Amino acid sequence: MTTADPTLAAKKPIWGDDPWPMVVLAAIAFLPLLLINPKTWLVLTVAGLAMGMMIFIMASGLTLVFGLMGVINFGHGAFISLGAFLGATVLLRMTGWTGVDSIPLNLVAVLPAIVFAVLVTGALGWAFERVIIRPVYDNHLKQILVTIGGIIVAEQMIHVVWGPDQIALPRPLGFKGAVGFGEIVFEKYRLLACVLGLAVFAGLHFMLNRTKLGLLIRAGVENGQMVEALGYRIRLLFVLVFVAGSALAGLGGVMWGLYQEIITAGMGMEVMVLVFIVIIIGGLGSVGGCFVGAILVGLVANYTGFLVPKLALASNIGLMVVILMWRPQGLFPVIRQ
Amino acid sequence: MAEALLALEGVHTHIGRYHILQGVDFAVPEGELTMLLGRNGAGKTTTLKTVMGLYRASQGAVRFAGQEIQARDTPDISRLGIAYVPEDMGIFAGLTVKENLLLAAREGDIDDARLRWLFKLFPPMEKFWGLRAGFLSGGQKQMLAISRAVIEKRRLILIDEPTKGLAPAIIGALIEAFLELKRSGVTILLVEQNFHMARSVGDGVFVMDDGKIVHAGRMAALAGDEALQQRLLGLSLGAHQ
Repeated sequence: MTTADPTLAAKKPIWGDDPWPMVVLAAIAFLPLLLINPKTWLVLTVAGLAMGMMIFIMASGLTLVFGLMGVINFGHGAFISLGAFLGATVLLRMTGWTGVDSIPLNLVAVLPAIVFAVLVTGALGWAFERVIIRPVYDNHLKQILVTIGGIIVAEQMIHVVWGPDQIALPRPLGFKGAVGFGEIVFEKYRLLACVLGLAVFAGLHFMLNRTKLGLLIRAGVENGQMVEALGYRIRLLFVLVFVAGSALAGLGGVMWGLYQEIITAGMGMEVMVLVFIVIIIGGLGSVGGCFVGAILVGLVANYTGFLVPKLALASNIGLMVVILMWRPQGLFPVIRQ
Repeated sequence: MAEALLALEGVHTHIGRYHILQGVDFAVPEGELTMLLGRNGAGKTTTLKTVMGLYRASQGAVRFAGQEIQARDTPDISRLGIAYVPEDMGIFAGLTVKENLLLAAREGDIDDARLRWLFKLFPPMEKFWGLRAGFLSGGQKQMLAISRAVIEKRRLILIDEPTKGLAPAIIGALIEAFLELKRSGVTILLVEQNFHMARSVGDGVFVMDDGKIVHAGRMAALAGDEALQQRLLGLSLGAHQ
């Protein structure tokens, strides 16, 4: 089902038939050049892109879960926290590999940490869907209540397993510091986050547009009942997406934990505010919209933080309000029947 | 008359607290195009959805090719060889015409000969092959919905009000298409309010009212009996002629 099918190759640009969201993205990215020195602007832009890519990794699964089954999962943040703690469990046992200033040697520790976090959060996602989500399909109020309950239980479980204190998670030495291009200097970790985020987006874009599984997911987001009437099990598809979304949240948790260098049981809940802003701005159910929304949130947070620091916290809420006034269903509204 | 491919025996369906189907009995002979007529709210759409498993029958039996299917899930029912074209057509507007058809081709690739036959049946499908289905006109969307149902051979096709809201020229094209589908030997159960369409293509006919079958017979007999039409279908249907 997942075999790549060249006949499904989309001959349209990534943003589809509507160029306006990309115009807005370009405007938000380049207008600050009028107020900021170009070198500083470039550094802020890379920082914004890195932040956006990490949020995209955490949010992409959630938007598909909502699009496919209309499930509002406030518990998604639990997988972000769990991913960070699971990754930290591996990384803090491999300080011999993370304490040397060599990216290849650091990767020997980071890759197993990511794989461990992704596999365990994916498996926990499967259990979460089966035990908590499945009994409350088609009931949004119950979904909100039980998934918030789920994240509270998950946070307490983290306290039980890893203790109540925050844990320092220093970046591997090779990922610390910066690389310079002439007079411009970029943090290595931010460049890595950009590369990883783009790789995840490229993978999702390929899967959604070039494989039959992706075709089924896109069709399911529009009209799940019709997908069933064509002979496919939408519930199975949903479980797959839920597990993948939880695993991506776990990956995002490891990335976010290493970015902040401190992890807490509540970090998933805290970052969920940004995650929800991103998927609402992008259009619920749209992975492309989630990608553009995440970049917008990252850029606006960094430009505002530099230009008007007091407005930094409110900037993303303001961005969401403006976009929803322009497009109430988000930048890339998904057609649903 | 040919043997029944689909048979409903005393089927009751509830939607919430509403008792919609109240003991529906009928049989669709293999190889024929059977019309299911009736006024709005008579239970025609609910009947099709009950056959597809989209609503569960609370009582009675639905048999397809001799097997009871009322307890099966929709995907399993579909995979027995039953295609369904809902009243709202159910096309995926964000997907291209090609992608809509690829989804319906469960065996994998679309058979070339079948595709050529389909393009002859509905030429706009070839013309708009790479276009997103949301940009098609109402008639073209209906053609796509029916194309999706026949892109692979199916034993039974359930179609719900295909002419609703369409221009007479498009209805003419659909009548031609249904006659061609009949010639190909496929069994069709067609819900319709347009009596002109029903008269043109139907072999057998069932008329529903208040969740029950109130008339069963041959379409030709009903078409030739104006008093019976008046009694069963009232003036509202005559207005569609």
